[in-house]
Amino acid sequence: MNTLLPLFTAIPICSAVLILIIGKFDKKNFPRIWSLLTSLSLLFILVVVWDKGTIIHEMGGWKPPFGVVLVKDNLSRMMLLIVNVVAFLTIIYSYVYIVKFEDYLRFFTLFLFMLAGMNGVVLTGDLFNLFVFLEIASIASYALVGYGVDAEELEASFKYLILGALASVFILFGIGMIYSITGSVNMADVARFIVENNLGGNNALLMATGLFIVGFGLKAGLVPFHAWLPDAHSSAPAPISVMLSGVLIKVLGIYSLIRIFYSVIGITPVVSYIFITMGVISMLVGAFMGFGQDDMKRMFAFSSISQMGYIAVGIGIGTPLAIIGALFHLLNHAGFKSLLFLSSGAIQTSTGTRNLSELGGLRKKMPVTSATSVIGALSIAGVPPFNGFWSKLIIILAAFSAGYFWLGAILVFTAFLTLAYYLRFQKNVIFGEPTSLLKNVREAPFMMVMPMVVFAVFCLLIGIFNGWIISNIIIPAQGIITNQLGYISSVLGI
Amino acid sequence: MKKEKQSGMTFIVKTITNLIIGFMLVFGAYIVLYGHITPGGGFPGGVMIALAYILVTLAYGRRVVESMISGVTGSIADDIGALVILILGFIGLYIGGTFLFNFLPKGTPFKLFSAGYIIIYNLAIMLKVGMSLYIVFLALAILQRVVTTRDETKEDKK
Repeated sequence: MNTLLPLFTAIPICSAVLILIIGKFDKKNFPRIWSLLTSLSLLFILVVVWDKGTIIHEMGGWKPPFGVVLVKDNLSRMMLLIVNVVAFLTIIYSYVYIVKFEDYLRFFTLFLFMLAGMNGVVLTGDLFNLFVFLEIASIASYALVGYGVDAEELEASFKYLILGALASVFILFGIGMIYSITGSVNMADVARFIVENNLGGNNALLMATGLFIVGFGLKAGLVPFHAWLPDAHSSAPAPISVMLSGVLIKVLGIYSLIRIFYSVIGITPVVSYIFITMGVISMLVGAFMGFGQDDMKRMFAFSSISQMGYIAVGIGIGTPLAIIGALFHLLNHAGFKSLLFLSSGAIQTSTGTRNLSELGGLRKKMPVTSATSVIGALSIAGVPPFNGFWSKLIIILAAFSAGYFWLGAILVFTAFLTLAYYLRFQKNVIFGEPTSLLKNVREAPFMMVMPMVVFAVFCLLIGIFNGWIISNIIIPAQGIITNQLGYISSVLGI
Repeated sequence: MKKEKQSGMTFIVKTITNLIIGFMLVFGAYIVLYGHITPGGGFPGGVMIALAYILVTLAYGRRVVESMISGVTGSIADDIGALVILILGFIGLYIGGTFLFNFLPKGTPFKLFSAGYIIIYNLAIMLKVGMSLYIVFLALAILQRVVTTRDETKEDKK
């Protein structure tokens, strides 16, 4: 069974290379169909390994402290589910969306490299390997953000490249610091060394903590480090916005923070407070900036910052309930934000604009897209019975039960702000009267509408069956996060 | 000396290039093939081989080097390098149960054919790294030409 783990990264890379070779002769259909099959095969592998517990794969047959290990536990399983489901639906969406760019080859190659990088980050049990996969995913995403090669897109891509490279350097320095103290880059071995020698107050470790917070915080788009995010999200093609907002900032940012601070270094009160502070600032700044945006995708991007703040607050509070809330919100956010970005892509394809001031009355012209947009907006605003309500409720309850009353009040306030600016989006885009520009607007093609409907159904179903989702997917993942010693012993076999 | 306009650099540079190009290629191949015994390997060897072609580009111009290895051929060779590494990984997964398992006989240490698949692996990395660098340089050379022609047309308009 453990032989299946490397396939999560090997299959997408292999497909990407094959697309580069064969795609030179069949430029149009082969890249699209082959990447669809690749993504489907990853979902099959995920189904096979889903309930097999913790699986360790030793690359090349080398034992853990010396070789690279891949670890599939309940947390990585949840992240793999998010990454691969979103990627599969996004590839279906791109099948038609990408026609206007007329370059299938590079799009799908880079897309699959990004997918391989994210699967690798989720699966790896080795700090340096995490850095390598993080770079694969990041570099592919830099190129994909500037895919439209307009001046604005190239500027966003360049900005993202500079800031992302800076974050990567910080992360690499942090890993170097860790290696200087512990002499190992295997996550479980580093954690064992830190726990055994009680290194909590070590200066080099504190330095590494700071470097990791800056590096992964920038990848996650938390507020002091969020400058790249609105530009990159709004200039990228819609499928790439989905991958960036729905998956990439979660896997490279939040997941890595959780894994490193909970499973490897061990969480301390100072780090918790930093998470909570960054989360609160992100929530408020994202929400207030969301009000002022005229560009639909830019508004969604600021809303992503705001929702990342919720997750960071949940991780910072650190009680099991808060972590359940944070993980559930992470899962939900992948659903509704992907849905919203896909809807924005469909609206832009049909109407040619994404400015709130130029749109209006789309519910008659594009009924399906309007319905899915409304579901997405209601989910993210936290309206029951959609999924966003339950995860926000859990985080707010966790904040109150942990004694953070002001924090709870701010969380509730931000939920109202979110509702307010999504109501503005609905009023300006879906309802009201169509402007004269939108006379001949038609519904987006079936291949674009179908993934949106699937995401909308997910939002509704996760909201209704929230208890089942929490007890079967979220609580096992939370069990991994809060059990550092369990992670060490399951990887090292001691 | 020459009547028609020639691409590339002067006669001196071309002669020196002709002299050292063979040594560069042989040394690059040596670094690749002995990567598992002496310091070196696929990456440095690949860089040396790429540098040999880059030197030809500098001395003779882009057209000459593109008649040796065109951009498309280079790109496909680059992909094949990556594919070989992956196939080695998959064979290891099939035979030994772990990705990149060393499935070939190890041989005696310090002989050329030892260390199992490392020699094939180094060759694949040489293809990947060498051809990637070569293509990057070609792309930059094209960019250079575009920029210079654009400047020339601007000057013509003036």
